[in-house]
Amino acid sequence: MNAIVMHGDDWLALFGHFAGLSLLGVGGAITTTPEMHRYLVQQQHWLSQAQFGTSISLAQAAPGPNILFVALMGWQIGVNAAGGLGAGPQAWWLALLGMGLAMAGSLLPSCILNYLATRWAHRNRELLAVRAFKTGMAPIVVGLLLAIGWLLSAAHDQPARDWPLWALTAATTLLVWKTRLHLLWIMAAGALLGVLGLV
Amino acid sequence: MKASAVPPPSSVEPGAGHQPRSRADLFWSFTWLALQGFGGVLAVVQRELVEKKRWLTREAFLEEWAVAQIMPGPNVLNLSMVLGSRYFGLSGALAAMAGLLTLPLLIVLALAVLYGSVADTPTAQGALRGMGGVSAGLILATGLKLAPALRSNPMGLSVSAALALACFVAVGLLHLPLAWALLGVGGCGCLWAAQRLRGLSAARDSARKAP
Repeated sequence: MNAIVMHGDDWLALFGHFAGLSLLGVGGAITTTPEMHRYLVQQQHWLSQAQFGTSISLAQAAPGPNILFVALMGWQIGVNAAGGLGAGPQAWWLALLGMGLAMAGSLLPSCILNYLATRWAHRNRELLAVRAFKTGMAPIVVGLLLAIGWLLSAAHDQPARDWPLWALTAATTLLVWKTRLHLLWIMAAGALLGVLGLV
Repeated sequence: MKASAVPPPSSVEPGAGHQPRSRADLFWSFTWLALQGFGGVLAVVQRELVEKKRWLTREAFLEEWAVAQIMPGPNVLNLSMVLGSRYFGLSGALAAMAGLLTLPLLIVLALAVLYGSVADTPTAQGALRGMGGVSAGLILATGLKLAPALRSNPMGLSVSAALALACFVAVGLLHLPLAWALLGVGGCGCLWAAQRLRGLSAARDSARKAP
């Protein structure tokens, strides 16, 4: 458990943090996780390293868009602010507040921009600026995805203990890249290996 | 990338008679789509919207997905808004988006609460550790799968690869704030792309003028 104290301006800062990152999430909000980690875990200590990683893993494991990891982070911060779900109804309200602020922050700016911009870009799709943006940003999306995968792995940094986990990540990468095996099977296999203490 | 001067206007129209019947249809269609999407949604989206419902032709889907991918925000959410707004305006966009988020949000919260009560058991921690390892692999593989698309990038493979590498180093190794990488590396990319595209269209124009 990671009890924290959140004041009114902290909640505002939480909203502001996600809202500020919203427009930077090219290729999905997952590309902004390095910045979220720096702010939420290292600077503010609102989330522990484990809670941060768990939010991403749970959202990836569950069906639906990966953006839901943001909801889980907000939820967890609310739970931490209440000192744990055991604190009763107040904990649930704070958790809902955190979740609402995080989701609203990360969705509102990008959705409004997307709604207006796609209508505009659709009408002007032959414009040089539109094509240059698509062309120039494509390599950045690829580089970012690789950097995120790298950062998630590098968070486990003790070779003697973590090498089986790295091997699992490498095997997953190869399987997803080169085969059409359903992702659910790989996820289940990862969970099973973890339960058995093999990774 | 081939850019035809005049794109056929029909390329974004769905097949005749195949379109969402109502906002409720949008909501439930995207709910069903989201519930099937474990980890990677692209395959599910393509199968549901293009092959089963035929709301989009394959060509239109590619075009819309490229934009949804490059816009900030979750790509499948962006795509749902584009589709919803085309048929029912803003309320259609909201209906599609709500469908995509509501039920999955409840499920993931239930999971989180359940996990919270068993979080300290070694079984739960082990399972999550293993799934975390798989998640990292999923993201790496997505990057690798998209990489070949850079071959057809007008900037050329080597420039594209250099930009991707620069972005990887800045964020993954140097731990620079994301905004710097996007504005710095991404900005260079856009400027260079504009330069190249201008050159390409100038070359095409002069080739056309030549007898």
